Amino acid sequence: MEINQNTKSSGPVIRTVGLTRHFTRGKETIEAVRGLDLEVAAGELVAFLGPNGAGKSTTLRMLTTLIAPTEGTAEVAGFDVVRDRAAVRRSIGYVGQGNAAGHQFRGRDEVMCQARAHGLSRRDARVRTEELLEAFDLTEHADRPVAQLSGGQRRRLDVAIGLVQEPPILFLDEPSTGLDPQNRANLQEQVRRLNADLGTTIVLTTHYLEEADALAGRVVVIDHGEVIADDTAARLKSALGDLVSMEFADAHAARAAAERADRIAGAQITVNGTHVAVRAAYGRDAAPGLVADLAAAGTPVSRLEVAGPTLDDVFLNLTGRSLRESQNETATTEGAAA
Amino acid sequence: MTIDIETPTATAPAVRRTPVKAEPVGLVADIVNVLVRELQPVLRQPASVLFAMVQPLVFLGLFAPLLPDTGDGSALQWFVPGIVAMTALMSASFTGANLSEEIISGSFERLLVSPVRRSALMVGKALREMVPLVLQTVIIVAVVTPFSFDLHLLGVLTGVAVLVPFSVGLGALSLALAIAAKEQAWVFWTVQQTAIFPLLLLSGVLLPIDGAPGWLKTASDLNPMKYVVDAERHLFAGSFPVDTLAAGFGASVLVAAFGLWVGVRTMNRAS
Repeated sequence: MEINQNTKSSGPVIRTVGLTRHFTRGKETIEAVRGLDLEVAAGELVAFLGPNGAGKSTTLRMLTTLIAPTEGTAEVAGFDVVRDRAAVRRSIGYVGQGNAAGHQFRGRDEVMCQARAHGLSRRDARVRTEELLEAFDLTEHADRPVAQLSGGQRRRLDVAIGLVQEPPILFLDEPSTGLDPQNRANLQEQVRRLNADLGTTIVLTTHYLEEADALAGRVVVIDHGEVIADDTAARLKSALGDLVSMEFADAHAARAAAERADRIAGAQITVNGTHVAVRAAYGRDAAPGLVADLAAAGTPVSRLEVAGPTLDDVFLNLTGRSLRESQNETATTEGAAA
Repeated sequence: MTIDIETPTATAPAVRRTPVKAEPVGLVADIVNVLVRELQPVLRQPASVLFAMVQPLVFLGLFAPLLPDTGDGSALQWFVPGIVAMTALMSASFTGANLSEEIISGSFERLLVSPVRRSALMVGKALREMVPLVLQTVIIVAVVTPFSFDLHLLGVLTGVAVLVPFSVGLGALSLALAIAAKEQAWVFWTVQQTAIFPLLLLSGVLLPIDGAPGWLKTASDLNPMKYVVDAERHLFAGSFPVDTLAAGFGASVLVAAFGLWVGVRTMNRAS
């Protein structure tokens, strides 16, 4: 806790200025990350959201000292990621896309090794290892080769290894890819608690909209190596408004309803025969009153549907493409970036 | 019907109970930590390792009977040290395959982001090669001694000492190759397979180089392994000619220096 508060008083724990990374493949130059300016305060839980190849992982790999920026600078925990690599590495936990524990090793040995690498005494390392194994429900699997563990167990082991020195900052690269829904929910709960209970600053990348939505206080939407939106999920979505769809007995009732709905501030209304669609900020709050009014006016709604905007709508609105559709389109860039 | 949905409470994450005190780690401690980790699979599953060591015995069993029968067993005496050197070459050059596996599975990335010095990561992994070298030599010598092989213990021990830098250096080169190949393990295998056979044949392990044409002799003279094998042959026979031993040990140290230099450079750039 002390570490976190100290960092908090001295400004952001992550700061990038014009962070840029190019990859050269043959004669082609791929601009994986272009001039990223970003600040993350202590205790934040931030999700980098974007399609594969958007530059999320490349950004994370620069912040964790795995690759050097082509241009620009980044500071993590107050240390420069190029000049002060060793200090950055001591300050962070990293859960990569792969498994942290070697498949031919045993879980307990791997946690222990990581603890020793971080300078814990043999005794402290042993205590800490048991503590982490227990917290992640791995004690009884710790003496089996990692290759024999289930996907969910391995992922928990990865996170345990990342937390060995109680890092003030934890990076997770696509943490829930390949996990079944239950394990995904468990992992998200653990990440949330870690942030809430210990105040650990957490930065994770994901291409799961639901994950960014459910987990992160702040969503940084990245596309083609640039930040295209950066806000809470709720605010990103509320800017788009809810969609209220209504069905009426006849076209006359539908037109009357459209006139009534026009009183909702900023509403965009589309009438199509007996169907009326209203898109408005906080449309879900306006819908009950609208339905009651229309019933009182003798033009009752026969069918109602209210849909809140998703982060996919946000992405679609920002880029003109659906996030889901973008996955395949940009997969080749990711391959080159890896 | 009303159903109350209860939010499941997941197990608490790593809540702090013991304060974590991280002390600075010295270079030697870093190397030891990496070396200990490397040896864990060997210690935890000795059976799998011993199984891999049967390979040189198969070679001995199927190749030694083809040696000319000199009547005094001198052929075996000549052949065994070569097999020991060959085993060292095979074992050390294979070591990158383990790293390839770690690169693909992700554990190597974790080590790269950890505070372990990159140089320690390379040196610790390369030093691991000492262990199979010693074990394999013990097994080979134990198997051939009941036959017409004269055991000169001091010579064999010195022979192992001469092979240590050679093994470590080759191990480092193999690790560097695995890092350069990244996720494409086939690149590692192609280069490794292409490199070991010229090294092996030009060292005179299987057949003497003496009767070779001039160009082949020159190529052999450029092969450091040849000097190592020459030294091993004298040592296993219990003779200690200073110039041959100096050449063998010198070549071995040269391989170690070159291998570790390349290895540490590659490790420093690994991502």
